[in-house]
Amino acid sequence: MAGALDPLRRALLRAGRVTLFLGRVLGQCLPSLAHPRFLVAQIYNAGARSLIIVMLCGLFVGMVLGLQGYDLLQRFGSESALGVAAALGLVKELGPVITALLFAGRAGTSLASEIGLMRATDQLTAMEMMAVDPVRRVVAPRFLGGVIAMPLLTAIFDVVGIFGAQLIGIGLLGVESGSFWSQMQSAVERSDINEGLIKSLCFGLACSLMAVYEGYHSEPTAEGVGLATTRTVVSSAVLTLVLDYMLTAAFLNS
Amino acid sequence: MSPSAPADPVVDVQEATYRIGGRTIFDGLTLQARRGEITAVMGPSGTGKTTLLRLIMGAIHPAAGRVTVFGQDVPSLDRGGLFALRRRVGMLFQNGALLSDLDVFENVAFPLRAHTRLPEPLLRRLVLMKLQAVGLRGAAERMPAELSGGMTRRVALARAIVMDPELLIYDEPFVGLDPISLGVIMRLIQSLNANLGITSIVVTHDVEEISRIAHESYLLSGGKVVAAGRPAELRAADTPVVNQFMKGLPDGPVPFHVPAPDYRVQLMGKP
Repeated sequence: MAGALDPLRRALLRAGRVTLFLGRVLGQCLPSLAHPRFLVAQIYNAGARSLIIVMLCGLFVGMVLGLQGYDLLQRFGSESALGVAAALGLVKELGPVITALLFAGRAGTSLASEIGLMRATDQLTAMEMMAVDPVRRVVAPRFLGGVIAMPLLTAIFDVVGIFGAQLIGIGLLGVESGSFWSQMQSAVERSDINEGLIKSLCFGLACSLMAVYEGYHSEPTAEGVGLATTRTVVSSAVLTLVLDYMLTAAFLNS
Repeated sequence: MSPSAPADPVVDVQEATYRIGGRTIFDGLTLQARRGEITAVMGPSGTGKTTLLRLIMGAIHPAAGRVTVFGQDVPSLDRGGLFALRRRVGMLFQNGALLSDLDVFENVAFPLRAHTRLPEPLLRRLVLMKLQAVGLRGAAERMPAELSGGMTRRVALARAIVMDPELLIYDEPFVGLDPISLGVIMRLIQSLNANLGITSIVVTHDVEEISRIAHESYLLSGGKVVAAGRPAELRAADTPVVNQFMKGLPDGPVPFHVPAPDYRVQLMGKP
């Protein structure tokens, strides 16, 4: 019986540790703003350096939405609603989720391995010995950078995705441009945009937290850093999808 | 060079015991580092020399015994007290531990930026002075990845002294250095001690090098101090473990072989 409960106990312990670490990081976020250039550098690292991959994926996801949406909608003779379908799908769901998954793979892994290597090469210990809290100097700016970058990346993903959908819908499949855009404008509401924004903020928090947590607590070996990177991607992806379900259910209920 | 009356101890470790994972690392360890002196801590690999530094810096706590630095009881300090203590101490790590995302100048400036609000021109002058002291003013704009092992350690040394510490702790400063870099580091340790009066603790297993500059040496083995005194006294000691270590004999009280099953049986099977 005890053996069967072991994984559950371990998962709970881990959740507890991650939560405590989140508290510690949040406590250092404000003091870390005393050096804004560290934060700007991290927004650049997590955000600007993920731009190409986010835009490329956004374009193709939008184009696929255009193809699939058109195929589905034309069965009911309502292909003019393609703009609405693509925009809502992107803004409320695909934008935040896929951007978070891309972020975990691109920025999350780089954060985890960077912090893990700093641990392995005694850089974090050196900071402690110089009376500098590594959570304030290293972890908090990276965490904040990720949380700020995620909604921005999501917005760019959405815009490029909608552009991809219109490229296919209007350019290739001949949907009428006027109805594509006007229907989108009248059907997509402020609350839809807010839903996507809140989701992307939550995903940004979850993915950045997992990356800095795994990196900070990695074993100081090559294998340990590798493992931390893998765990970052896996736990970020799972957390993103679980959170997505919970947030979607909450928004539909409200 | 040493005063007639012994100077007061900056670091005082009394009967310290430390265990980890059921293994006893220190068993009643006692040593002192006196003000203005270079104290060498020697011992074979795995005797817990680096652990001792962690104990002194308050990163770990002894299970029993006392660790005082500048007269303060280290284990009883809270995080704020510990950080205040560490500002008075410089530490040189074995691998330098330079921050890989900052260039040489910023690495040396790091403690100043973290703990002071000096105007930029003054900070710049201070950092350049410390870099000049270690001969690397010309490398201020290089990144840590572009430095050799000896240069990395010199930058780390500049960083360790930039806050003008009263105590400098060196963790294996000579390991993996070519003879020129080794000589440079040794001269720097000596001149920092002589010119600035910095109390120094040097953890090393390079007997030859450290014997030339240390005022006091401690030899650790099996979690205890097995010998202490001036380097010449240690050299003259005739206890087997001191003799083995000081002369670099491969086998002795510190065995060459890790305990293993019988060699013949393992190679040939059962007799």
